[in-house]
Amino acid sequence: MEKVKVEICCGTACYLLGSAKIMDIESALPEALRGRVEIEARPCLNLCERENLGGAPYVRINETEIVAKATLEGVMKRVTELLEGVS
Amino acid sequence: MLNAATYLRRELLIRLVRAFDEGILREEIDRIPVTLRPKEKESSRCCIYHDRAVIKYRLMALLGISAEEETDEARTLASYLDEILDSSATSSQVGGGTEVFERHHAPLSVCGPACSGCPDSQVVSTPNCRGCFARPCVYSCPKNAISVVGGRSQIDHSKCIKCGKCISACPYHAIVKTTVPCEDACPVNAIRKNDRGVAEIDFARCIFCGKCFMACPFGAVMERSQIVGVLSAMKRGEKLVAMVAPAADRQFPGTIEQLLAACSKAGFADVIEVALGAEKTTAHETAEFLERMESDPKTLMTTSCCPAYVNLVGKHLPDLIDHVSLTPSPMVYTHEMVRGSDPAAKTVFIGPCVAKRSEARRKGVDFVLSFEELGAILAGRRIDVLSCEPHPVERPAAATARNFARSCGVTEAVLDEATGKIPGFTLASKQIDGIDRKTCAMLKLYASGKLQANFLEVMACPGGCVNGPCSLM
Repeated sequence: MEKVKVEICCGTACYLLGSAKIMDIESALPEALRGRVEIEARPCLNLCERENLGGAPYVRINETEIVAKATLEGVMKRVTELLEGVS
Repeated sequence: MLNAATYLRRELLIRLVRAFDEGILREEIDRIPVTLRPKEKESSRCCIYHDRAVIKYRLMALLGISAEEETDEARTLASYLDEILDSSATSSQVGGGTEVFERHHAPLSVCGPACSGCPDSQVVSTPNCRGCFARPCVYSCPKNAISVVGGRSQIDHSKCIKCGKCISACPYHAIVKTTVPCEDACPVNAIRKNDRGVAEIDFARCIFCGKCFMACPFGAVMERSQIVGVLSAMKRGEKLVAMVAPAADRQFPGTIEQLLAACSKAGFADVIEVALGAEKTTAHETAEFLERMESDPKTLMTTSCCPAYVNLVGKHLPDLIDHVSLTPSPMVYTHEMVRGSDPAAKTVFIGPCVAKRSEARRKGVDFVLSFEELGAILAGRRIDVLSCEPHPVERPAAATARNFARSCGVTEAVLDEATGKIPGFTLASKQIDGIDRKTCAMLKLYASGKLQANFLEVMACPGGCVNGPCSLM
């Protein structure tokens, strides 16, 4: 089964601005989806340099999709969409 | 807890550090309110101009300037910055009696334009009321303050004593108590609305526990930062030593040793765990306790490492003064260790506590940074704790000392130390886990001898320093 990869930036800026909370995603997902997500806490992804901090915290989904001002709820919604094939 | 107010404070801190490091803070600082709230974007308050005014006061607080001391509203942030950079090489002295001193050095400040002037606390009936037949609210009220008019309960505020009995009696949750979060959170009635309806702190009463700072949903209570002092001392090449509080455990990603490494990478000449000072506090606290017990087996001794509690006793509980241990806090011992090996070193305590700022000033510790401020320096300098190699330490601090920041930690450390000296030693101990109105009343009773214990541990924050007002989690 295809997995969704979620990289959470744990660079200090993203961490201070909310990525710590997104780390809870594994336990927050419905049980049926839990095994289908690969979650990685990553050192700084250098995304915050782009918009002069404007978008921290950042999350990267499946290598290419960048979520700025990421929240636990937002990332969960997107992951669910991807897993259920609505993208 | 992260919310929009914390987010803004942290964002401002990181921007401030970056601008300072790029050498453009003076030109940029007055622009930050406009950059963050440009005219084409939405405002968080009534309009962008209000937002900008609040951001200006927040930046003032980050520069260490209190809104209370502002005399010229048109003054620029750049001119405040100049003043701070001029004076940060020499510490400022203020005369004029205790009250002026307390105000001038108070670590907290209220941003008037941010204060929403919450209406006075009241018990009110809401449209959830179904005008039921049984009327438990009417029957539960001890003051006959409730009547039912036009099918809905109505509360006569001239009679209501806000006991809350009707609130719990109503099965529809139709009666609620409106609150003034800062006033409700304050254990000593030190924050109140002034005649203009804006919150004001009475610094003669304030114990700097930081509860109003955490409680205000408008972020109107601000901490006065020393971050610019730290940054400029670093830039001048002064030898700054980071003293990291035991509460740092699990605040940042990675281990304590990695966090120490990150501090050293950020520009601190040396780093030390305050838990090493906690080892000394444990030894001396235990010795002091055993001594007191020897002269009077019925003695009551309380801990003294929580500075908000020490402030509470000093300002509000005079009868407890003789019971507070005279043993210095872990911060003070650590400061002495640092100064002992290098008298020229400047010490920077890094922790989760507002009140520590007042203790640091009394004890000669040069600077205090919150975990948030340290985080901003690390983020500003693009240092990741997770990517740091652990800092080599001579030896890790004892587990009991590292545990000082949690409730019961001091008690356990003292018990452990005493058992090592006197086999079979038992301790009649009690903990106050969080200072609030109720525990303040209990402490008053304890002061009059109504406690069947010899050792009382008091922590202003529930759960201990790990849940301090400036903790990251």
